Amino acid sequence: MTSSYLELVCPAGTLASLHAAIDAGADTVYCGFQDCTNARNYPGLNFDMEEMVEGIQYAHDHGKKVLIAINTFPRAEDEKPWHTAVDKAAAAGADAVILADIGVLNYATQHHPNLRRHLSVQASASNSLSIQFYQKNFDIKRVVLPRVLSITDISTIVKDIGIETEVFAFGSVGPMSEGRCFLSSYMTGLSPTSDGACAPASQVTYKQVGNCTKSCLGNITLNQFYKNEPAAYPTPCKGRYITNGQSSYLFEEPIGLNVINILPLLKAAGVTALKIEGRQRSRAYVSQVVSTFRRALDDLAKGAKITVANDLKSIAEGGRETLGAYKKGWK
Amino acid sequence: MSKTKSNIKRPLSYLTLGPILFNWEADKRRDFYFRIADESVFDCVYLGEVVCSKREPFFENDLPGIVDRLRAAGKSVVMSTLALVTSEQEMDLIQKNVEAGLMIEANDVACLQVLAGMPHIIGPYINIFNKSSRDFVVHQNATRIVLPVEMNAQGISVVAERGKVSEIEVMVFGRQPLSVAMRCYHARSYGVNKDSCQYVCGFDPNGLAAETLDGQSILTVNGTQTMSHGYVVLIHELERLLSMGVSHFRLSPQNIDMVEVAYIYRQVLDKKLGSDEAVAKLRCLTNSIPYINGFLYAREGLAWNENHT
Repeated sequence: MTSSYLELVCPAGTLASLHAAIDAGADTVYCGFQDCTNARNYPGLNFDMEEMVEGIQYAHDHGKKVLIAINTFPRAEDEKPWHTAVDKAAAAGADAVILADIGVLNYATQHHPNLRRHLSVQASASNSLSIQFYQKNFDIKRVVLPRVLSITDISTIVKDIGIETEVFAFGSVGPMSEGRCFLSSYMTGLSPTSDGACAPASQVTYKQVGNCTKSCLGNITLNQFYKNEPAAYPTPCKGRYITNGQSSYLFEEPIGLNVINILPLLKAAGVTALKIEGRQRSRAYVSQVVSTFRRALDDLAKGAKITVANDLKSIAEGGRETLGAYKKGWK
Repeated sequence: MSKTKSNIKRPLSYLTLGPILFNWEADKRRDFYFRIADESVFDCVYLGEVVCSKREPFFENDLPGIVDRLRAAGKSVVMSTLALVTSEQEMDLIQKNVEAGLMIEANDVACLQVLAGMPHIIGPYINIFNKSSRDFVVHQNATRIVLPVEMNAQGISVVAERGKVSEIEVMVFGRQPLSVAMRCYHARSYGVNKDSCQYVCGFDPNGLAAETLDGQSILTVNGTQTMSHGYVVLIHELERLLSMGVSHFRLSPQNIDMVEVAYIYRQVLDKKLGSDEAVAKLRCLTNSIPYINGFLYAREGLAWNENHT
């Protein structure tokens, strides 16, 4: 399914960020409830029911949409919070829910058939067969594609599936297949998959060692860096490790994704929507990234050359940018 | 089989050999499986490539012979499939595997679409963490579910719920797979990229060690897969897992004497060998690799809970 307009989907960790995103030109905002049902379950983030209703009202008053991410995998001991979250999203008037777990998808399909369902990146649906499985069984209307696909892969999938696709445009680079990475729980005991937080802040420490700063997750040293050296937040996939006697960023460098220079290619590939990552980031981050992408997309929609100055490097992770898996040879 | 006679009143337990996750040469694989067929106490053997489709062709020629030999020895045979599918060729590979008629272990949801209700096994790379998702896949004819490695004991007891699903499998030995990716970290470590990787993962039949900057052995790189450094060892826990409703116990092939490893686990399941003694025997086979069991106890996966409670 191809569209002529690229929808700009923006993160909101707080009501203030939701306002900022819409004021800066977001078409759609995504957010989550204040518990383990969403993949950014960090202290001080996310919405209670009252804020959610208020946020949705604000968005709808401006002709914009709100998507609610309920995209972790329920623990066997208690699935109720996930079902409750789906019920609350429907009651709050969300435009869609973003789901990953087969059981939660089934619950939403059975109990709220008219609530639009998107497939979260956490479901790791990286091929047309998987997407067709979710479409057939749960009537998903959109899939958020994993950050492991090239533009050619995306173009092929778009042609095959006949539903909307959303791809990551800016923010963190996740080198692993999402929803199936147990590295953080291997080191901390807390699971991104079920607890909703990769490298939770409570487990992160920094120590000064001579001229270096050492970052640790749990009891594990993930990096050591000098004052002016770029460094990423210590998630396991952004750490330095020693293999074959040499230390390196084994999985991914401290670097942020930014597709602003390849927007025409993504449009030509037929994607429906662009996702800005970063519900954990500040309101200022949201304003700056969203307004920059808004101007670029407006240029693109007019058929004009994109003239927006790309001044986002300073807020990218590690102060550097990449095209990630979109770029040939990244693998 | 004689081994089931001794525990006739206990729930039946089956030992399975997971797919070889490392890139072993074709001859080494063939000889390994022939010996598993001829000498081991495994009940079921999973074949097939899970990690990287580039490795697949090296296995193709020997496969029919291996399947025949395992079956002739009374083992059931399952074909495991790729954990991460992105290309047309990889989708075709799934189709081919399904058409070949062996029981399939689905490791990417793509497989479920191709299987379309045929009996199958859900592999550990598909997230079945709760009863709702379990019930859905069982309804679609999953006859066995291999639970994700991250699952803790409480979760296992809920999902394994005896009688609700015929077979539940838990990995009880070997390096735990912790993530799958598109990118090849093995290639990166050797300074080449995935497209021209020269199969450098073949240099490391037990995976490539990754240490922290202060020299702690922490992870193992296996192509696009990242694994634990330690071996998960659930021996003291076997009886408890069995009582929860776990029926199948997976040993993941390491580059050691797996025939002997299987024999140790079988003896514990048959109550012919005590757990402490079994761990001591296992230690003789695994050199200095640490043991881990943290996920089962809802702790960090790399932990080793010596109390086993």
